[in-house]
Amino acid sequence: MSLLKIRNLSVEFSTASGPFRAVDQVDVDVEAGEILAIVGESGSGKSVSMLATMGLLPWTATITADEMSFDGQDLRELSGRARRRIIGKDLSMIFQEPMSSLNPCFTTGFQITEALRQHTDLNRSQRKDRAVELMEMVGIPDPSRRLKAFPHQLSGGMNQRVMIAMAIACRPRLLIADEPTTALDVTIQAQILDLLTGLQKETGMGLILITHDMGVVAETAERVAVQYAGQKVEDQPVADLFATPHHPYTSALLAALPERATERRLATIPGVVPGQHDRPEGCLFSPRCQYADERCRTVPPPVQPAPIGRARCHYPLNVPAGEEVA
Amino acid sequence: MADASSQIARTVPTRRAGRLREFWKYFSENRGAVIGLYVFAAFAMVAIFADFLAPYDPTTQFRGSELIPPFWQEGGEWAFPLGTDAVGRDMLSRLIHGARFSFFVGIVVVVVAATGGILLGLIAGFAPKWLDTLIMRLMDIILAFPSLLLALVLVAILGPTLLNAMIAIALVLQPHYVRLTRASVINERTKDYVTAARVAGAGYLRTMFVTVLPNCLAPIIVQAALSFSTAILDAAALGFLGMGAQPPTPEWGTMLADAREFVLRAWWVVTFPGLAILVTVLAINLMGDGLRDALDPKLKRS
Amino acid sequence: MSQPIVLAENLGRDYEVGGGLFSKPGIVRAVTETSFSIEAGKTLAVVGESGCGKSTLARLVTLIEEPTAGHLRIGDTEATPENWKKLRTDVQIVFQDPYGSLNLRQKVGAMLEEPLKINRPEMSKAERQAKGREMMRLVGLREEHYDRYPHMFSGGQRQRIAIARALMLEPKLLVLDEPVSALDLSIQSQILNLLLDLQERLQLAYLFISHDLSVVRHVADDVVVMYLGRPVETGPKDEVFDAPRHPYTKALLSATPRAEPGGGRQRIKLQGELPSPLNVPPGCPFAPRCWKAEDICRSDRPRLEGQPHPAACHFPEA
Repeated sequence: MSLLKIRNLSVEFSTASGPFRAVDQVDVDVEAGEILAIVGESGSGKSVSMLATMGLLPWTATITADEMSFDGQDLRELSGRARRRIIGKDLSMIFQEPMSSLNPCFTTGFQITEALRQHTDLNRSQRKDRAVELMEMVGIPDPSRRLKAFPHQLSGGMNQRVMIAMAIACRPRLLIADEPTTALDVTIQAQILDLLTGLQKETGMGLILITHDMGVVAETAERVAVQYAGQKVEDQPVADLFATPHHPYTSALLAALPERATERRLATIPGVVPGQHDRPEGCLFSPRCQYADERCRTVPPPVQPAPIGRARCHYPLNVPAGEEVA
Repeated sequence: MADASSQIARTVPTRRAGRLREFWKYFSENRGAVIGLYVFAAFAMVAIFADFLAPYDPTTQFRGSELIPPFWQEGGEWAFPLGTDAVGRDMLSRLIHGARFSFFVGIVVVVVAATGGILLGLIAGFAPKWLDTLIMRLMDIILAFPSLLLALVLVAILGPTLLNAMIAIALVLQPHYVRLTRASVINERTKDYVTAARVAGAGYLRTMFVTVLPNCLAPIIVQAALSFSTAILDAAALGFLGMGAQPPTPEWGTMLADAREFVLRAWWVVTFPGLAILVTVLAINLMGDGLRDALDPKLKRS
Repeated sequence: MSQPIVLAENLGRDYEVGGGLFSKPGIVRAVTETSFSIEAGKTLAVVGESGCGKSTLARLVTLIEEPTAGHLRIGDTEATPENWKKLRTDVQIVFQDPYGSLNLRQKVGAMLEEPLKINRPEMSKAERQAKGREMMRLVGLREEHYDRYPHMFSGGQRQRIAIARALMLEPKLLVLDEPVSALDLSIQSQILNLLLDLQERLQLAYLFISHDLSVVRHVADDVVVMYLGRPVETGPKDEVFDAPRHPYTKALLSATPRAEPGGGRQRIKLQGELPSPLNVPPGCPFAPRCWKAEDICRSDRPRLEGQPHPAACHFPEA
């Protein structure tokens, strides 16, 4: 059974200029001990779908889903109290900006022990010991001194480590990392990614990595879901995705990577991600797709079967021999 | 969470309706603000067309009709709907003309205080440290006095007229503008578009007034709306203390002061000017809150 | 050899920080002893992590700040503050964040015309407008958008506007401060292509500042790697990327994730983080994190020298 199972999740925001669909019919499955990467550009709804799962969206959002279960528990039915028992304990999350995710008024030690106080019945000194242990786990040197430090006294990388320590304080079953390294330098990014994958192996938790960086995906993830304009357009194991992308968007995105460029001019995807008011009728990618025809522009594409990467496309690329296109 | 919503906001733009419509949408979400706006508009109308609206001249004394109560009370007359005061002047006419004075006070004070404050604030924000410190400490000193007391002292020095009262109130209100402007100037100054303007060769004056100032206006407009009501209130207070407009000027505060001795005998002579002040100030404050909702980006929701 | 557009010799910039009534201000050496030159039509990339001084360098070259040491020459003119006004039209800058670098209260047209209004007062309004419209076409924007406000544009379009504004004065050198870091991948390639096209067409020299090595590898001709305000390695792009001599360059390259799954590469793991710029270690600034460091590294600062391209290391790679 999947650890996290989401079927047909949609999130709609009511904005000043009418409703805006940020997430559209998205399915997510994560097994225990799996690293799933969700890639997409800004506005692809990758963060929003996970915030919806955590119940962290503002009141302007309307969330609908056919199924939304964590470890067999239906997240939609949960009361606020029961939800809070799960979130932060079995299901936790780290964010992009370590500096603004920590409260600048309290010491890092206080913030870690606070998480422990909420979700465990350890006493004061046990909590402190556990906090030191956690800080050691995430590679913070001299932890007993750093417990007394305020966030502004630590660097971005250190703060992100503190965030991770807080997130894993209660041994979560699933950790959602929303662009955990985007604000960090590459050498620090490498350290943090190693730390996350190391912890994941050690504890056997599931890990969802939300990112826009194809390099990070390639080096850390096991399975990749590609999102575009709120929809999941492809879902494949990482090696297959980079070798044989089935959706034209994935393929174009990979071709646009400077490191894959063969000549001075880079391959581009013309146009921009559709906004609130110019959502195309058929396939959302059709205005930018080089293969699009009349059918793509009028009929929303079906989701292809798993061997074709669950691509949301009428004409998937690289179809393996013997596979039927839906 | 804030991050997620800002991402959404970024995907929305391209064909958004005009800025004015967006402003109205946020503004009208606050019902109190809309009511405030209507009351304020009515107040402005009354002030502008006072000559046509008022049934009598505000200073004409009707001998023999002193202290007539409002029409619904026993002894009231339709000729004087809100009654008359101790020397037989029509209350309604005086109130209508009083609106003109209050409006005038509000506008002059806000314009004077805002212009001076914005100028000083801009200078402080751009100036070298010593000048900045000098300006700001000066403002701190002004702020350290109880504002009405300072205005009183100033009027006592300058002489008790409405004009001097306005000058005093403007001076007292000015530091708020200086602080507000300086804070947003310092915040804006570090942004890339200001650097870009400097790289394009813009001099100090151009950077200050053309590049930075328009981006600082939102909080200042809110402050202007709110200090409009403060000005009316302070002018009324000075008038009440005999340091503002002098009788027989139909200024609301002065009217209140004149009516002091009749509080127990003729409630309407005190109540109506008081109510006029209350309603106007309340309306403007409500409107100011709505303006803040609509203009302050920090409070905007996605 | 042709005359370089910009020539910097031992450029340095210090800042005083802190320092209240009773404490001595600390000195941060944001940039020290940095030398380089860029010729027309070439791109020099400056790479390094945050705090390495690359943005300060950009501000020095763009004549926003005065260097506290060394010389900067643009064309034939020494770039001292007296000459700044004259040189303004030669150097322009494009910033990282297209949301912060445009004045939201200014229409695109006014924004493009502003540099002309200031620097070419003899130009008529019609001429200015014609030039602005031509520039919009050049950067791939529609002319009809001339009278729109920036908030109506997407991030990529805004960056095009920023580029157009920078080109209005026909500069010879364009400083690009992380021009594509804030953009999505699909937009990033559009902007990079635009920059490359413009360079070819207008023979622009670029000072390209970035932390993204894969982008730098694509656009640069020469590379300067900076660490804590000092260049630690400099040379032609291919040499630096294929045969890095400084351990820091090597670590940086190895830390950059590649979009090739299953590589199983052995990453060089750097210990620790950037030391505070307030107390840079006396020897080689990289020594505390370096796996090759020996006593000499901690006491003597290595000079930027050697063959085939210079690196500031006591024990450079072959």
